[in-house]
Amino acid sequence: MIQPLATALLVVSLIGAVWSAVLLTLSRPVGKRILLGVLGLVELGLLVQCVAGIVAFATQHRHVSGVTFVGYLVVALVILPAAAWWSLTDRSRWGVGVLLIGCLVIPVMIVRMNQIWSSG
Amino acid sequence: MAEPYQAPAPPADLPSATRSGPGRALIAVYAVFALAATARSAVQLATKFDKAPLAYLLSAVAAVIYIVATVCFARGSRTSRRVAVVSCTVELIGVLAVGTASVLDKAAFPDATVWSLYGDGYGYVPVVLPILGLLWLRRSGRSRP
Repeated sequence: MIQPLATALLVVSLIGAVWSAVLLTLSRPVGKRILLGVLGLVELGLLVQCVAGIVAFATQHRHVSGVTFVGYLVVALVILPAAAWWSLTDRSRWGVGVLLIGCLVIPVMIVRMNQIWSSG
Repeated sequence: MAEPYQAPAPPADLPSATRSGPGRALIAVYAVFALAATARSAVQLATKFDKAPLAYLLSAVAAVIYIVATVCFARGSRTSRRVAVVSCTVELIGVLAVGTASVLDKAAFPDATVWSLYGDGYGYVPVVLPILGLLWLRRSGRSRP
């Protein structure tokens, strides 16, 4: 686990959530592409975190549940691409609603990962 | 200024009416719960089934119900919608029953399930979701061929 990266990802995905909520309220696709770009960066960060997390787990011998910890790291990678796909196949404002949900799931998963990691 | 989103074109058929608009977001939430409940119950059943067999089996049942609901909402055909009504109803009864049971008999639920304490660990979304699902089925099915 890279702690500063986890915090950064948490903050950026929350900003993404607020952004999505604003777009949903405005019902205008202002800057939806930029939002998708930012989410792409978050995804990249999650990928780095996943690799770093697995390496840390394998080398540091912490007493944490490996299946759960690695499960969270890996499942987190699926969320944003799936949300982006499900969002882009809908042209209505609710496509952004899907991004909002994706952006809210990521911070929850990061908090859980932190809890699991620091419990060991 | 970007163009406003296209005015919600009248959905041509029942399946697209079911999976567009708010249904889009509803399916996304259902998919998240299907994933979360499946992952949780898979880990519980595989690593510590003996600790709380009842709670873990209920987790697995919840996972199956979430998967069925997600698929049925996304398909949106007449039959799928009927199955979705059943699965949302079972889900609502399940979350209320397990929620109440977990309050009354804490010993039977030493470890949390998705539905324990009415979905307390999941921001109470599990108790609201089936209600939203049923309301959406009602609304999207109104006056359509």
